[in-house]
Amino acid sequence: MVRYGVMIVFAFLLFGIILLIAGNDPIQSYRDLFGSTLGSAYGLSEVFVAMTPMLLTALAVALPSRIGLINVGVEGQLYLGAGLATWGALAFGDLPAWLLLPWMILLGMIGGGLWALIPGILRAMGLVNETITTLLLNSVAPLIVSFLVFGFWHSPVDTNKTPNFPPAARLPTLFDTRIDLSLVIGLLLLAVFWLAMKYSRWGLEMRAIGGNPQAALRNGIPLKTYLISVMCLGGAIGGLAGMAQVSGFYGVLLANFSRGIGYMGFLISWLAGGNPLGIVLTSFGVAIITSGGSLLQITRDVPYAVINILLAFTLFVVLARPQLLGRRKAA
Amino acid sequence: MPEPSITLSLRPPMIQMRGINKSFADVIANENVDLDIYPSEIHALLGENGAGKSTLVKILYGFYRADSGRIELDGRPASIKTPREARAAQIGMVFQDFTLIPAFSVAENIALFLPDLDPVVDLDDVCLRIGTLSERYGLQVDPRQMVGSLSIGEMQKVEILKLLLSNARLLILDEPTRVLAPHELASLLNVLRNLRDDGYAIVLITHKLKEVLECADRITVLRRGRVAGSLLRREVNEQRLIDLMFEMRLSAPQVNGSPPARDRSPVLELRGISTRAQGDEMTLRNLELKIYPGEIVGIAGVSGNGQKELGDLILGAKRSQAGTKLLFGEDVTRKSVRGLRSRGVSFIPENPLAMASVPFMTVLENMALTRTQQYARWGGMGIGWRAVREDLAQASAELGFSLPIFAPAKSLSGGNLQRMVIVREMAQHPKLIIASYLTRGLDLQSTYAARHALIQARVEGCGVLLISEDLEELFTLSDRLIVLHGGRIVGTFRPQDTTISKVGHLMTGSEGQPGVNV
Repeated sequence: MVRYGVMIVFAFLLFGIILLIAGNDPIQSYRDLFGSTLGSAYGLSEVFVAMTPMLLTALAVALPSRIGLINVGVEGQLYLGAGLATWGALAFGDLPAWLLLPWMILLGMIGGGLWALIPGILRAMGLVNETITTLLLNSVAPLIVSFLVFGFWHSPVDTNKTPNFPPAARLPTLFDTRIDLSLVIGLLLLAVFWLAMKYSRWGLEMRAIGGNPQAALRNGIPLKTYLISVMCLGGAIGGLAGMAQVSGFYGVLLANFSRGIGYMGFLISWLAGGNPLGIVLTSFGVAIITSGGSLLQITRDVPYAVINILLAFTLFVVLARPQLLGRRKAA
Repeated sequence: MPEPSITLSLRPPMIQMRGINKSFADVIANENVDLDIYPSEIHALLGENGAGKSTLVKILYGFYRADSGRIELDGRPASIKTPREARAAQIGMVFQDFTLIPAFSVAENIALFLPDLDPVVDLDDVCLRIGTLSERYGLQVDPRQMVGSLSIGEMQKVEILKLLLSNARLLILDEPTRVLAPHELASLLNVLRNLRDDGYAIVLITHKLKEVLECADRITVLRRGRVAGSLLRREVNEQRLIDLMFEMRLSAPQVNGSPPARDRSPVLELRGISTRAQGDEMTLRNLELKIYPGEIVGIAGVSGNGQKELGDLILGAKRSQAGTKLLFGEDVTRKSVRGLRSRGVSFIPENPLAMASVPFMTVLENMALTRTQQYARWGGMGIGWRAVREDLAQASAELGFSLPIFAPAKSLSGGNLQRMVIVREMAQHPKLIIASYLTRGLDLQSTYAARHALIQARVEGCGVLLISEDLEELFTLSDRLIVLHGGRIVGTFRPQDTTISKVGHLMTGSEGQPGVNV
């Protein structure tokens, strides 16, 4: 953990140099960045809001990664989950919330899960690598959702979004903030993930597949079943993230609502090494940067793209971890 | 046979290693080892697995660095810190796992290794040089052939040619005979004798006494990292070498008792089984095979002739294209690995690291993998680790092995890993054991223990399929012997009705007619 702290500090130092070059006072900029996020209850709540979808999309990557599957397709699974959940909200809007919300969650998970079924089956049959299929399907999914929104679901006044969801189709918010229930769902699922990997029979079997698929196969662990079902489960969690975005955050389905949340989940999962606690911490850190970055843009007059530079720096520094560690050990 | 060592030992040694010490973490691999290597001599390094043979030569080759001790080259102190420096000092080594690139031709592979390679590679010249040398030493290979299409024996020739072309004077061969068929073995020993007569020094690492007695001029026996003795060929015989290698005398287990009754229904029956090859696999063609309870069926064959595919097929890890597979009369052709394992099939694969164990998991976790259903508690939410430990302890005690249960599998030595797999697969009394290269990587003591366990299983009525290249093992253990070549069964024998050389010829396809069916 200390190690990670050192890395992050290093990234911030590097970024400070960029800020200097751009003619800004780095110390003042960082004070703004952290002050606006960690310095107030509202700021902190906004960090949690930004962090919520990251938890779920990172889990959607981390789970399949345990058996060696690289799920780059969370973005697509997110869209399909959001699309199917929106259909539920629009078609069954009269239902009470306690019935409608679980139904939408289920639809969201089915949408994402089915979308991941395609790469899962192709991989299990040994036809195409899942990295390629999930990546390619990412370009298809938003188009399907756009087709549905523009063609059928759009509100009378807009072409690119649905009518606002009825209140029963909105995830409840907590403590009078914009934080919604999906933060709790995300944290719970991560805890379940951690417990299941550590203690359950399926965790043991999945670790075996991840460690050596050839041996797992010969030890009687059903490899293909796992490849397909775990891929689907990952997709289902991605779909749940999409449902949470439209039902919790937006309350409406915009044709292009996701600004790369799925890809962000991929980054976070890899930075955290698929570790659940690491996912929580990394998401929190990334959320500080993204939500504070918006403010920095206004107060310091730096373009938003600069925030991406900071994210990229963090990524580089953390990915360089083995080399840095090796050097330290030698010294 | 001439006795070159008498005259030659008057010469100064080419390499002297003195007081070599090397330890890995808390394991002492070499302790105060002295070794003299003379030109024009075949020097055999003999010892059990883990005796420190490989470590010693890897120090000489610059692969490891000794903790203390010195190396003298032609009487001058030498410091060899990397394999590059070793090659500059004209020391060459052939590793157990070859270092050739399959997609390159023989000449290209050799050219890559040459120290004086021109910027523009003249492959014709390299081919010419390969031709001259292979003619002289009986190392016939076609320099333009792709390495991927060569047999193991030919690849070994290429490795040796590679060293000769790079001007090595000392050739170190790490267990070169492990993978060879009998007639390939004879030709390798001939090559080594030719090289010796031309002044090359050769270090031969092995744990097979027969080869040592056949070709070595000088023999150094290592035991637990120390030199147990360094002797000339004429000073030793087989019993003396065994005494040096092992502290206590061992007797080989023998199969006793009558052959199994054939009136019982077979444990396993394959009827007309054929497979389709994927990648570099071998196609199995129309296999007919029966294994009866209490019978050990030996499968002889040079590796790569369908043994791996046969093991995977019986286990259910590979599907057949045609034919049926019956287990106790039940059709299990399309059953999964788990389905077969739950019916009492167990499997000891040829490569325990790649095919049986998960490297970063502990021995205990690896033990649980084949029976996760049985060990699951609370509907799968937990694992009964206590039960796993008890089974592990019991199976280890039965075999007389001891394993570090909380060590990750990847930290185990090859022999210990094989022990782990044997313990797991022999536990809970299987009804059919598929054992590939059961004793590969094991020292003599563990080899006997593993063989004894197979014999015990046979007495209890278990059917055993023993896949091996070690003909002595097959002849001592098998009730029936089947020779596999090119994915086909080319002969079935009772061991007492045939000879090692006949089976050896069939294994290599040099004799076409099938054996007498029994």
